[in-house]
Amino acid sequence: MILNWKMGGLALGLVFFAAVLLVKPIGVSTQFVILDGILWDAVSPDVVTQTPDGAYTSSNAYLAKSGGKYAKSVANPVNYSFVFVLAMLLGAFASSFLRNGVPAGERTMPAIWRANFGDSTAKRFAVAFASGFVVLYGARLAGGCTSGHMMSGMMQTAISGYIFAAGAFAAAVPTAILMFRKEA
Amino acid sequence: MTTIILALVIGAAFGAVLDRVGATNPNYIGKMLNLTNLHLAKAILLAIGVGSVLMFAGQMMGLVDVGHMSVKTAYAGVFIGGLLLGVGWAASGYCPGTGIAAAASGRRDALVYAAGGLVGAAAYMITYPMWKSAGVLSGKALTLGAVPGAKYEALVPGISGDLAGIAVGVVLIVVAFVLPERIMARSVAAPAE
Repeated sequence: MILNWKMGGLALGLVFFAAVLLVKPIGVSTQFVILDGILWDAVSPDVVTQTPDGAYTSSNAYLAKSGGKYAKSVANPVNYSFVFVLAMLLGAFASSFLRNGVPAGERTMPAIWRANFGDSTAKRFAVAFASGFVVLYGARLAGGCTSGHMMSGMMQTAISGYIFAAGAFAAAVPTAILMFRKEA
Repeated sequence: MTTIILALVIGAAFGAVLDRVGATNPNYIGKMLNLTNLHLAKAILLAIGVGSVLMFAGQMMGLVDVGHMSVKTAYAGVFIGGLLLGVGWAASGYCPGTGIAAAASGRRDALVYAAGGLVGAAAYMITYPMWKSAGVLSGKALTLGAVPGAKYEALVPGISGDLAGIAVGVVLIVVAFVLPERIMARSVAAPAE
């Protein structure tokens, strides 16, 4: 079952704290780039290369930026941040499994969508795909997403976290109010 | 090796808690963003507040390594990117982390979302030089106050970054408690069923 907000919030806060105590603040969206890099490098192996002094670089300017830190992660996928995201999937899967999974009627679209836009799976999937595109494009432009900027950033009083949250809610709240007028 | 074990443990805990707090359920995200059920907003505010108080108090007591802080740079693109993310977040009910966690929990639309995400991230990798030359990616990594031992500049250099962090954390916790469960009134016309 879903935890009440006090228990859930406390548990989530303790996870944020454990992350920064033991390693570093939580972040997710960079790993979409790393997975893209791994796939791209598998298709054309000269995308990520190692220089004679052992450093990694890439023919792609984004993977090569900041001293090739993304290129390095692409070349070595067994690193903290990438494994963290894979483990996150296992954690979510286990938690969902233990609460008997997502109800059948929810698996292709949430009730709030169905109440406002009907039953078409194609329509829901098209919007889901386009949303994923703009969310990750935006997250990479911003240099982080809801976890890295909003949760981890605001936790550290990072000014970037507040700027990001302001932008995200300024767009998200009007969008949701316009799109989801009927309640599920 | 230790690092990988920590990644497995903390990552799994994060995924499980996101699921249990309702963040992998796009109904809760939609209802938070259309301001009809703020359960999730209260949980997230409480979480950030608790994390902030523990982290900064731990740093003041020398229990938390200040070197673990990772403050991102503030630049114009952070706001523009936030706006873009906000539109897709509201439309789908998924952000990058909760989207893939939702896919793992068994939601097929979230799997489609994740595929769109991979293409969007790839599109950014290709168009990155354009944003860079437009000058919207340069700025400074700033914290609210000056955090002793941290390498970041302070927005307000006169105040203690640790105390400011604890104060902001307390404010977020208080906001979590006083925020109403619902802001938007229930729509008068019930949907025809």
